[in-house]
Amino acid sequence: MLDAGRSSLGSVSARSVLGWVYRFILFPIGQMLVFIVGAALVLTLLSYLLALLFPEPRPNISLMTQVNRQLPGMIVSGITIGFVYAMIALGYTLVYGVLKFINFAHSEIFMFGSVVGFEVMQRLAEGGNLPGWSPVLLVAFVVLAAMLASGLLAVLIERVAYRPLRGAPRLVPLISAIGVSFFMIDVVRAFQAITRNDFNLTYPLNNLEWIRNPVKLAIGEATVNIRPTQFIVVLGAVVTLIALNYFVNGTKLGRGIRAVSQDMATAGLMGINVNRMISLTFFVGGAFGGAAGALFGMNVGTVTPFVGFIPGIKAFTAAVLGGIGNITGALLGGLTLGLIESFLNGLLVYFPVLGQRYTDVFAFSVLILILIFRPSGLLGERVDEKV
Amino acid sequence: MAANSVRQTPWTTVRATLKRPVVAGAMLIFYIVAAVVILSSLDRGNLWFPFYSTLLFPTLILSPFFVLAAPVQGWFKGVLVVVLLFVAIPYLGMRDTSYLELVIQICIFAGLALGLNIVVGFAGLLDLGYIAFFAVGAYMWAMFTSGAPTVFNINGWLVPETAFYIFIIFGIIVAAIVGILLGLPVLRLRGDYLAIVTLGFGEMIRVIANNLDQPINFTNGSQGLFDVGRPPIPFFMRDGVLTAERMLGLSITNVEPLSQQLLFYFIAIGIVAIIIMVARRLDNSPIGRAWTAIREDEVAAIAMGVPLVRMKLMAFAMGASFAGAIGVIYGAKQTFVSPESFSLIQSISILAMVIVGGMGGIRGALLGAVIVTLLNLLVLKNLSLQINALRNVDFIVPIINFRIQNWPSQLEPAKYERLIFGLLLILMMIFRPAGLLPEPRRRMELAQKKEEEAILGEGASPAADVLNDQPTVTARPDAEQA
Repeated sequence: MLDAGRSSLGSVSARSVLGWVYRFILFPIGQMLVFIVGAALVLTLLSYLLALLFPEPRPNISLMTQVNRQLPGMIVSGITIGFVYAMIALGYTLVYGVLKFINFAHSEIFMFGSVVGFEVMQRLAEGGNLPGWSPVLLVAFVVLAAMLASGLLAVLIERVAYRPLRGAPRLVPLISAIGVSFFMIDVVRAFQAITRNDFNLTYPLNNLEWIRNPVKLAIGEATVNIRPTQFIVVLGAVVTLIALNYFVNGTKLGRGIRAVSQDMATAGLMGINVNRMISLTFFVGGAFGGAAGALFGMNVGTVTPFVGFIPGIKAFTAAVLGGIGNITGALLGGLTLGLIESFLNGLLVYFPVLGQRYTDVFAFSVLILILIFRPSGLLGERVDEKV
Repeated sequence: MAANSVRQTPWTTVRATLKRPVVAGAMLIFYIVAAVVILSSLDRGNLWFPFYSTLLFPTLILSPFFVLAAPVQGWFKGVLVVVLLFVAIPYLGMRDTSYLELVIQICIFAGLALGLNIVVGFAGLLDLGYIAFFAVGAYMWAMFTSGAPTVFNINGWLVPETAFYIFIIFGIIVAAIVGILLGLPVLRLRGDYLAIVTLGFGEMIRVIANNLDQPINFTNGSQGLFDVGRPPIPFFMRDGVLTAERMLGLSITNVEPLSQQLLFYFIAIGIVAIIIMVARRLDNSPIGRAWTAIREDEVAAIAMGVPLVRMKLMAFAMGASFAGAIGVIYGAKQTFVSPESFSLIQSISILAMVIVGGMGGIRGALLGAVIVTLLNLLVLKNLSLQINALRNVDFIVPIINFRIQNWPSQLEPAKYERLIFGLLLILMMIFRPAGLLPEPRRRMELAQKKEEEAILGEGASPAADVLNDQPTVTARPDAEQA
């Protein structure tokens, strides 16, 4: 915190520029790389262990060769979905850090982002000038629009449904949040019913040449098809995450948010406008949810007003896994959960009884297990309830 | 009172007259009779039938609450409610089975709301997966009687339909056991985590029901269990219907289904009555007081020697067992059980009932169940029917000149129950967190809270909350440590 204060004074020396680059660009990237490599390594080892334990789960299928063949593909898709989870989890974690409250409606903010992303792209496509846009500009435009819309929505929700309830018993704002979540689903549904008479919103990606051709990557006997949308998701996530890290740790507003999250009363006494900081937190969290929604939509292609629930729950699991209230924890939890899910998706198929059908159940089981055995998450500190 | 009697305005005179038991009783009788007569004389073929029945039916169904609140003697209230439940509603049901169906649904949801009220209202454990226990009951009866190609059917393990009443008891036991099993791992969790985990459990039960058709077919997967058995119709039920037909001069063509529905109606009323009784006894027992203590302050409750785990488990088990019994009835009534019926929206709708009525109160839970079920199954559905009816005659709304045919076909009100539930939850939490019929203790609590806030001043209320709260993990900048 002190460092940030000094650099904002304007003493631009080569040393401070390097320090800035290290703190706000290299360090977060390094952190992400460490998390990805770590989680992927552990899961790879586990899947080889599984292959040794059950060489032939189904007749004539060797699990070892399947693991060899699928490993890079599973890692790539795991990283993609993991970044999406991490970005949603940030919304849960930021709000929890400040208000100590689970923003149940965050999954709908994510959904709203994906729907706004669709609307923007669809409107552009209907105008006929979608192919003319350069890929980078188009993606940036769509994501930024979704971020703005979702961020404003989150601020609005906080203002209308949570602020009047501040200071009430814990369950009261939670119930209100559940209400907001259900309300939002049907509002978006009604809007789509009126304007399009259809709830399955398919991103108009078909007439974009550059988005259709996957990049083929061959590693040994394994080939991975990396879709450009996966690149977009990962790149978009990395850029926004770096921006968030800078915002929270390098700016005055971020310092305000941190102060409010550490001690709301004292922060208020120090002249910080607590309500504005809370609104800002909701805006940032919502913007991340929206960005994740737009990126997710581009990746899967079709979204509906119901799309938020499962990713929302999984992202919450990710936030708890990493330690809720902890930004780095959200990143770690999201990437880990994404990779776990992708490995399970890839490998459970070979076990006749289980199959892929139980992957969603698995996310819940992970959540329950963490909450039972380490409620503070991987990076969280243990706090006991005080009377 | 004294201040009122000083100024004798016409209004106070009218009120004083209305408060006399004789006048109030006469008005109640007139009200109920009028509602029944008008409702039974409505013509289904009328263009505006959905609109009229939406206006009138709730007035009849809500009348027990007016009766209970009216300034009349206790025995008179009892007689009125009994007449309403055993004469007026069956009569109306014979005229139009859809009303009977609606009342049965209300009873089912009332039972569920009372069960959830024990978990959420009495013990303060927010359970978002309550529907799972309902599913356990429904699946239990369905698995043993369904005509679907399950392992039970193929091996001939089906039970006769007379076993229905025993299965209600089995439903209670099995659901209670499931409740304890689910409760055990999650009881250490704090309120908001508990909500998410129970939500997860609810979804897990649904996914498992969806997928348990392989490797051994227990639940027939997403196709659901069809041809579920129904309890046999006792002879007196059929005779009763025939007698009523003769006496009232009705011509009933569907004696068999009608007596079946009436049977379910009486079973559902009986179960709800038992649940009400049990819930009342529990509320006034040492167990109920222990639950209240846990709800108010867990740490203090432990300090005072309340066996926390046992009491929480008991709340889970009690709530679950009610849902299990109701689930058996539901499975038999629908004759079709599929995972679709047990989604999160159902859990939320039951939560909405408890919250609308007032957490912790029995009458509140009942009122909430009636209101939310009516909104969902009567108001929204009738709105859809009305729109469709108007669409068919190419109706044009006067004044704003809107052609109903231009109404988007996807915008069907019956499918927007989430909007209603969501709005209800938000509005109730902001404007009336204690519910429409608040439980006295809760009302006291909220009043106290407001007083405290008034003392601290508005700006200090969030701060006061934080001061009471524990210091929690915060977003620590990692770069600083580096």
